[in-house]
Amino acid sequence: MQNPCVTFHRINAGSDRALIALSIDGRAVTGLDGDTLLSVLIMHRGALRRAEAGGDLRAGFCGMGACQDCWITLADGRRVRACSTLAEAGMAIVTNLDHGQ
Amino acid sequence: MNSFAMHGHARLPRVCIIGAGIVGTATAFFLARSGCDVTIVERGTVGGQASGVNFGGVRCHGRDPSELPLAMRSRTIWNRLAELIGHDCDFEAPGHLKIARSSAEMDTLTRWFDIGRAHDLDVELLDRTQLMRRFPWLASDIVGASLCKGDGFANPRLVAPTFARAARALGASVLEGSAVTAIDRLQGGGFRVSGANFNALEADVVVNAAGAWAASLGLPFGAAAPTVTRAPQMFVTEPTARFIGPVLGLVSGDIYLRQSVRGNVIFGGGQGHIDPGGIRSHPDETTFARTPALMRNLIPALTHTALLRSWTGLEANTPDGLPVIGTSAGHDGFIHAYGFSGHGFATGPGVGETLSELILRGQSRIDLTSFHPDRFNTIARPAAL
Amino acid sequence: MGNETETPRIAIVGGGPAGMRAAGLLAAAGLRPVLFNEAPEPGGQIYRRPPPPLRTVLSPARLYGPDAVRAMALHSDFEAVADRIDHRSGTLVWNIMKQEHGGFRLLHQDADGGQGAHNCDAVILATGAMDRILPMPGWTLPGVWSMGGAQVMLKGQASLVGRRPVFAGSGPLLYLVAWQYAKEGGRPAAVIDASTFAAKLRAAPMLAARPAVALRGLAMAAALRLRGIPVIEGAHADRIEATDTGMRVHWSSSTSSGQIDGDAVAIGHGLKSEQQLAELLGCRSRHNAESGQWLIETDPEGRTSVAGAYLAGDMAGIRGGHAAEFAGELAAWALLADLKHRDNASRRAVLRRKLSRQDRFRRGLEQAFPFPQHRIASLPDETIVCRCEGISASALRRAITDWQPADVNRLKAMSRCGMGRCQGRLCGQIAAGLLTAQLGRTPGDVGHLRAQAPIKPIPGSQLIVEKGAVE
Repeated sequence: MQNPCVTFHRINAGSDRALIALSIDGRAVTGLDGDTLLSVLIMHRGALRRAEAGGDLRAGFCGMGACQDCWITLADGRRVRACSTLAEAGMAIVTNLDHGQ
Repeated sequence: MNSFAMHGHARLPRVCIIGAGIVGTATAFFLARSGCDVTIVERGTVGGQASGVNFGGVRCHGRDPSELPLAMRSRTIWNRLAELIGHDCDFEAPGHLKIARSSAEMDTLTRWFDIGRAHDLDVELLDRTQLMRRFPWLASDIVGASLCKGDGFANPRLVAPTFARAARALGASVLEGSAVTAIDRLQGGGFRVSGANFNALEADVVVNAAGAWAASLGLPFGAAAPTVTRAPQMFVTEPTARFIGPVLGLVSGDIYLRQSVRGNVIFGGGQGHIDPGGIRSHPDETTFARTPALMRNLIPALTHTALLRSWTGLEANTPDGLPVIGTSAGHDGFIHAYGFSGHGFATGPGVGETLSELILRGQSRIDLTSFHPDRFNTIARPAAL
Repeated sequence: MGNETETPRIAIVGGGPAGMRAAGLLAAAGLRPVLFNEAPEPGGQIYRRPPPPLRTVLSPARLYGPDAVRAMALHSDFEAVADRIDHRSGTLVWNIMKQEHGGFRLLHQDADGGQGAHNCDAVILATGAMDRILPMPGWTLPGVWSMGGAQVMLKGQASLVGRRPVFAGSGPLLYLVAWQYAKEGGRPAAVIDASTFAAKLRAAPMLAARPAVALRGLAMAAALRLRGIPVIEGAHADRIEATDTGMRVHWSSSTSSGQIDGDAVAIGHGLKSEQQLAELLGCRSRHNAESGQWLIETDPEGRTSVAGAYLAGDMAGIRGGHAAEFAGELAAWALLADLKHRDNASRRAVLRRKLSRQDRFRRGLEQAFPFPQHRIASLPDETIVCRCEGISASALRRAITDWQPADVNRLKAMSRCGMGRCQGRLCGQIAAGLLTAQLGRTPGDVGHLRAQAPIKPIPGSQLIVEKGAVE
């Protein structure tokens, strides 16, 4: 069962950060300049991936590049750690979230 | 080849095996199964050297014809592992694909094709079109390949320990942390094997399965085959979607690759460095860059897959690439089984069964002539270490 | 080492307070150190600076609380020497080797994705720490973060992982993060503190080595209670589950039990040092009973058993941000003295004294907030221990029974625990604990998972070493 509350709550919604357009699995989403890909994915999908061994949902854990739970794939094939990668305009994230368990 | 039984002894021989790699533990298993009193003495841990860290490939494909009977005997055992020793050690047989990148390499495959068929192996030659159709993820600059069904892989970390466990259950002793410091011939026949950490053992037969250290250990007992120790380098990637069925190799040997059941790609190629002392080894920096590049060239879909680890192991290679199996003239009862030149894992189970035959019955149904320890006698022996 | 008339080449790995102070001193000494920082910005975790677009969202006071002045001083001091440091941001050092004729070679992956190599005469390793985690069923669920992770989202992304998180674990971070969330508009559902009042009392004399910090901790707990946030001491989070409406944490203590509902969970029992590069160099380590970890041996000034290699900051043992600054400077002084480049014996003595006061405090922390090592043996079978490979406690227990492994590296080989992407960072101590408990071994026998290069996964496309790029 997935927690419908998995998201990030921005502290200062009134800041003047630029909007960034990216996509997740072909669907257009927006983030704010300075967001990591972890933030974008958590705020839009509440998870990052399904684990290879077991198919359970994962959403990262340590946020600082130590646990290696947040590896994701971009459309050009590149593998990046979501917590350490800043969102850039035009980035296309590809996930396995829609693949069944 | 003598045998203990041939000398008219009523009882089964006491056997001391030096080295608990796949050869030593498989031999112990088959001997213990026949009721023999077997002890393995191992300097480190069971399967702690090459047997535990190798690529894990199990194949008949491409073998020298003299090794094929051993490889095929092994294949039968690999397929029955769970029944024999209680665990299948993740053995799978998706086939082995050997890839040619030039017409000369293709000729090599074509020549072996005949040998393979003569041994009733299911081998198939594929041209570029067929390859691209069946394995579209392969790079397009290959000329052709040979596919050998029935070949595959297993999990090297599990095999020697599983054989050892099964041998123990049948009454064998396995002593770890037990380096051998002396082997002496006894007056009435047989040997005494001693070391600092164990009570001296008396045995009728000694099996020298000490891997990369067997040539020096066995020198006083006719281990004339000079071996060269190498440190092949291995790599493993993060798990990724499974799409590579067969185990892959190149005719050139530059790289060999397989995908595990969990999706990790395990591949090897190039050499690392042997550490001073000769017991450990470590990866080489240039190999670390070069071999993954070869992998990306061969399978572009793996271009971005992250590398997790690289490691090396120590393997002994003989001048002709064939193992040393048997006793040297004048050294009855001291059986050598080493120098597998990178084929030890695949053929280990068959070697174990063969050695147990040799010890119990004086002969084996496998022709071991090509592996005779004395075949290198014309070559200058290395000085004892 | 190189020709004495040549400037010795010094590398520093880690851009947190220890690395920053070491770099500053070496720059002032005219040595132009090369500083490798995996993160894009200096500051490490404690003094993490958000990405530039977020700089105006949270003031230093909101980011660093009582440490704000210190943080700003550290950053501005570092900026002042920036032109005298070769600063490699976004660069991961993933391997380090001793060179045959002295010195070290570092292999690194750069921000632009390329690979490089760097030779140096001496190296200061200051790669900091990460959360120390006791797993429980449900800890891998989306919505569960490490304590540090919950704080990183706040500091680094100006975001809360939940409006009503449940904070469970122990250590100063527990109360600090809960308090920060409360101040920034969250309303923590509860703080579940594994440590007991009695343990804190026993540790009071050592905690008094840093009275301001100790009092701050007490003040935060009191302030949380004043806001009506339940603070449950001597209790553990036993299990986490996802519900229709959020996360539920089942907890128990020796006298009571219950469940708390929230919208996120943050767990952690303090920090553990990240020592892989020092292990790759072959620096000697020893099991530290207090923390339950294997720690690289260092002398009071940061020298390891490998000549020319120094450790500083939390990497050498968890002492916090203040101590890291002292330790970084001290290691740099030790290095300069060892190179016979220059020395300031009195400053080194001052720093050693400051650090030994920090050490008393650290031991107090370990006593007040011990890692609940005893709970490893009673982990429920279904607990995922190795989250990378999805290996449960029961699978590990079975492997231990089947193979009777002599040490944790053997257990890894037979069970796959520790073979995943994190290379055992999260599961290593737990696997070792299961082994000692089940087979009655000692931590000394069981050892710790051996570091292997690369210390973090390297995407395949970035593995091109240009030999000509060697410096």
